[in-house]
Amino acid sequence: MRNKTFRFSSIIEWGTLLISTLLVCFFLVVVLWEIISKGSSVLSWDFVTQVPSEGMTKGGIITPIIGTVLLTLITSIFAIPFGVCCAIYLHEYAEDNWLTRTIRASIRNLSGVPSIIYGLFGLALFVQALQFGTSLVAAGLTLGLLSLPYIITTTEEALMRIPNSTREAALAVGATKFETIKDVVLPSAMSGILTGVVLTLSRAAGETAPILFTGAAFYINGTSGFINQEFMALPYHLYMLSTQHQSIEEVRPIAYGTALVLIIVVFLLNLTAFCIRYKYRKNEN
Amino acid sequence: MKYKARLSLDVVFKYIFKATGFLVLALLGGILAMLIYNSFSFFLDVKPLDFITGMEWNPTGKVPKYGMLPLIISTTIVTFGAMIIAIPLGIGTAAFIAEYASPRLKNILKPTIEMLAAIPSVVIGFLGIVVVSPGIASLADLSNGLNALNGAILLAVMALPTIITVAEDAIHAVPKTYKEASYGVGATKWQTLLNVVIPAAAPGIIAAVMLGVGRAIGETMTVLMATGNASILPSSMFDSVKTMTATIAIEMGEVPYQTTHYFALYAIATVLFIMTLGANLLGEYFINRFRKYHAQ
Repeated sequence: MRNKTFRFSSIIEWGTLLISTLLVCFFLVVVLWEIISKGSSVLSWDFVTQVPSEGMTKGGIITPIIGTVLLTLITSIFAIPFGVCCAIYLHEYAEDNWLTRTIRASIRNLSGVPSIIYGLFGLALFVQALQFGTSLVAAGLTLGLLSLPYIITTTEEALMRIPNSTREAALAVGATKFETIKDVVLPSAMSGILTGVVLTLSRAAGETAPILFTGAAFYINGTSGFINQEFMALPYHLYMLSTQHQSIEEVRPIAYGTALVLIIVVFLLNLTAFCIRYKYRKNEN
Repeated sequence: MKYKARLSLDVVFKYIFKATGFLVLALLGGILAMLIYNSFSFFLDVKPLDFITGMEWNPTGKVPKYGMLPLIISTTIVTFGAMIIAIPLGIGTAAFIAEYASPRLKNILKPTIEMLAAIPSVVIGFLGIVVVSPGIASLADLSNGLNALNGAILLAVMALPTIITVAEDAIHAVPKTYKEASYGVGATKWQTLLNVVIPAAAPGIIAAVMLGVGRAIGETMTVLMATGNASILPSSMFDSVKTMTATIAIEMGEVPYQTTHYFALYAIATVLFIMTLGANLLGEYFINRFRKYHAQ
């Protein structure tokens, strides 16, 4: 008898934790269900290949898709080399002194800075001080700065997984330090670095606040493509359609479609990262 | 390649790598310089005390008012509301994953939480408009549900992945011997969890909460879309609020360059920066304490 009540109470206790876990999963299900069920009816080949028309109440979203792709490209061109080089410096070269500790503290600090402050910084530096104007390149560089701390952190973690004996072997046969890094360390850390880079880019592709004042436009004619001009981007498009458009109810289906495409883009990038990681672990074993 | 050429290449790249390290310092320095310079320009026009304690934010009125207290209060109640939802859910989920879930279930739950973290904030904000807002409106009998409660629910969803991941690491790191000692004296799994595991993991859990707070304070798009953005002093969770981040996002697009109003937005950003920095530093402090404690 006593044993039975004991079991009953442990089920309640276990249930409380289970319920909180299920609630968290429920949030994800609600988000996905709402977007997929209402967005999939809009999604079609025409929707992703046509330009917006008639005040964005008709047509597709090819312009924001191209904008987001170009934006992410500029972000990666800037952030990947700088981020990877900085991680190499921190892990392979830097001694443990006050300078290194300051740089590390700055990186931790930078990854906690709200994205809207990066937006302000991009506005002050790229748009105003460097006279790029509100443009694709200004917004791309702003997102690049935002991505920098994440790329550095993930790259350094990837470098840490390479055992020191690998480096010592290369040095022992006469390679210089740079050659060791270029030909031995980076190739073996490549999958780890790629995983981090792709995850960071998926995050940057979904960011809205940093591009609010640095170049995203409500509407542009035709398709974007010039780096010194304003552009349309998927997350900004969704924000505009759901809050700023004159006839919000009329464009709601397009907003659902945009949200679905944005989620698909982000999840595909995440899936890519997952596959790289999976392949890497398999090879390791 | 000749040996000398290889050596000089080695040196050149050493300096290139080092230069990128300084880029990071320059970035943080640049952000600080921008915030300080513009806030200073603002404080030439408005007294710092009036700015922090002023009860009215109306920069476009006939007599512009630059009191940011309503904005601070808005950010605070939305963040506070978010934490009331996210802390129990986050710790509960973290405890479930760390202590109860089978390895197979873990392999499902962890990617699920990563997926939740991957959803862009603008999509969560959109959900606030199309799902949470009508829900609140019909439950509380309001004309619309764009208010502090809506923002709090969405921010809880945004902060949950951070809280769960960090708290789960902390609970997982509690040494097995602690639990065995507790079982040894006859405690149940639940008693052990509540009285041994969670207290031992407390610094890590506090760190998780602080990092979640930092994330919630700095979040822009969700609150911008879901809280209604009326710059009045809110009196309950059902009032529309305009947070600091939303104020910057809305007004920066409209102000003329280098006016008092323009500088005022940078001054808000400075306060925002200090608040998130405080939350993150506290989080980091507790993480370090936790690591030190368990390294012994």
